Amino acid sequence: MSPITMARALNAALRDALKDDEKVLVFGEDVGTLGGVFRVTDGLTADFGEDRCFDTPLAESGIVGFAVGMAMGGFRPVVEMQFDAFAYPAFEQITSHVAKLRNRTRGALSLPMVIRVPYAGGIGGVEHHCDSSEIYYTHTPGLRVLTPGTAQDAYDLLRDAIDSPDPVVFLEPKNRYWSTEDVSFARKGAPADRAVIRRPGRDVTLVAYGPMLGTALETAEAATAEGWDVEVVDLRSLAPFDEETVAESVCRTGRAVVVHEAAGFGGYGAEVVARLTERCFHHLHAPVLRVTGLDIPYPPPKLEQYQRPDVDRILDTIARLQWQDQPVVSGA
Amino acid sequence: MTTPNSGRVDPAALLPSATPIRFVAEDGTPAEQSGDYAEPALETLREAYRLMVLGRRFDAQATALTKQGRLAVYPSSTGQEACQIAAALALNPADWLFPTYRDSMALIARGIAPGEVLTLLRGDGHCGYQPDQVRTAPQCTPLATQALHATGLAHALHRRGEHAVTLALIGDGATSEGDFHEALNFAGVFGAPVVFLVQNNGYAISVPLDKQTAAPSLAYKGIGYGVRAEQVDGNDAVAMLSVLSAAVERARTDGGPMLIEAHTYRMDAHTNADDATRYRDAAEVERWRAADPMRRLETHLRNRNALSDKDIESFADEAEEFAATVRGVMNTEPQLDPLTLFDHVYAEPTRDLLTQRARLAAELDAVEA
Repeated sequence: MSPITMARALNAALRDALKDDEKVLVFGEDVGTLGGVFRVTDGLTADFGEDRCFDTPLAESGIVGFAVGMAMGGFRPVVEMQFDAFAYPAFEQITSHVAKLRNRTRGALSLPMVIRVPYAGGIGGVEHHCDSSEIYYTHTPGLRVLTPGTAQDAYDLLRDAIDSPDPVVFLEPKNRYWSTEDVSFARKGAPADRAVIRRPGRDVTLVAYGPMLGTALETAEAATAEGWDVEVVDLRSLAPFDEETVAESVCRTGRAVVVHEAAGFGGYGAEVVARLTERCFHHLHAPVLRVTGLDIPYPPPKLEQYQRPDVDRILDTIARLQWQDQPVVSGA
Repeated sequence: MTTPNSGRVDPAALLPSATPIRFVAEDGTPAEQSGDYAEPALETLREAYRLMVLGRRFDAQATALTKQGRLAVYPSSTGQEACQIAAALALNPADWLFPTYRDSMALIARGIAPGEVLTLLRGDGHCGYQPDQVRTAPQCTPLATQALHATGLAHALHRRGEHAVTLALIGDGATSEGDFHEALNFAGVFGAPVVFLVQNNGYAISVPLDKQTAAPSLAYKGIGYGVRAEQVDGNDAVAMLSVLSAAVERARTDGGPMLIEAHTYRMDAHTNADDATRYRDAAEVERWRAADPMRRLETHLRNRNALSDKDIESFADEAEEFAATVRGVMNTEPQLDPLTLFDHVYAEPTRDLLTQRARLAAELDAVEA
């Protein structure tokens, strides 16, 4: 094992999938000769040939719709949407066809395909390059939505996504592409639809995923100075949601904060809070709180620090969890 | 510096003929606008005629059943028989058809059972047939989206070395959708063996073609994508069969994609829920009645001594029997099990879906108890 970046881990996953199954194809904009704008597909065309990894015309709906046909024809397409907000032209194909074809045909046709989306902010991207678009996909029955927060999960979850008989929207946190860690290619990670406890703790559960996992873990370390022993749960799979693992943690700690970069209103955290309230009500010492992005269009690079939850904001929110029975001040 | 693609293909070769290809005039006499296309065998034309009679009777029966409340909705395709029957007949069983909601006649001609064809419109399910068994995609409602699936599947079939093609049925309104253009572009770039058949029936629900496009005709949308195109008299079954068969065989032998525009007319309203008198006048409908595709083929076949009174009577009898079958099937209420709603959302139901299934089962038990 040697330390590699998340981008390299994703590259290794694609590489191994191409090697293991000749039905796997990688295509999208600039994924061939260039190796993708984030270099995730670096070298795949050179090593596997243009039949297996190729550039397409610049049309996202076209890419996804073409992939639907290729999957109907027995291939396993792994397509790249270059940036989160660039995927919106493909929205109709994803919601009306990718998500539904199995159901419409009572299982006669299935679409084992992966739509990779570099997503969320934290990289100083200009307008339309930093959307947190998870909720559009998680709200669509028929899709699986995965997001890795570590390089190890990037490898494991992408392999699982490609093997999945269901279509998977695979959200790659751009701010984690260059994070480095030792990665094993033995595929011994947790099942793809399970959340994992990244850091055990006794006092409060932080629920995070993808782009915010690193921030959540930093917060947990910083919290020790305040005397809080913070547990961090990494969701990994946003759809389906692993209620058992998360509820077990929160029922044990009695306090929880859900963190995500996407806007709070109608966001993924609202679903998590609702379920935790239903499942853990009698174990809770305080309402479950959220730290989310602001309800504004994603700001320009020089202001994005105010949009994204950070350690201080999360610590402040933990502090409001009625440690001395003082009332919670409403509003984020 | 970019280089133009000129020289790759002669642009003139991509253009459709200046006037629609036509073998048979409205009065059933030869039209002599057939270009280089070959007339199909008389036996094929007789079969097309039989299926047109069957298709029109089916259409009338489905419309009647809708008025009786047996179908949720029915988009009629009376007047478009030549297009739909030719589309089905031009394909081999190994080829794939991508129909829309208006293409019931093409599905009947493809050999799909009427109860399975009408499952979607009766509201029992989203697709009544097994698409992989009959190599026919589910009827597509989101406009032009299926054109991309047909393109991708055509490319997949080609890569697998199967000498099979795909044919996507598209309406005139759908040519304004982005996916139509992306499909043509992908088909051109990948040289996919796909045929796009645009049934230009003059209206997208109520909006006439001149508000849909400023193009000389819809077939001219091919050249911009390097896709060969043709325009055809869509009410001339002989021309439709000839041009479609040529396009399909060309695609099958690595000739690449083709766009075909069929000029036709929807004799009835958009669906039973529509009132066509609000946007088109009776005189226009009557003009098109004179161009009726069935009577035209009938006259043509009679002139060739390939169709007798006895044949016509026998086809009509068969169509009546078929209509009776359709009524029989549609007057039987199928038993729908609500618990199957949770099947086939995913390959295996998720934990949440199992929970919801159990809840619904309990609700159903409580109602029965």
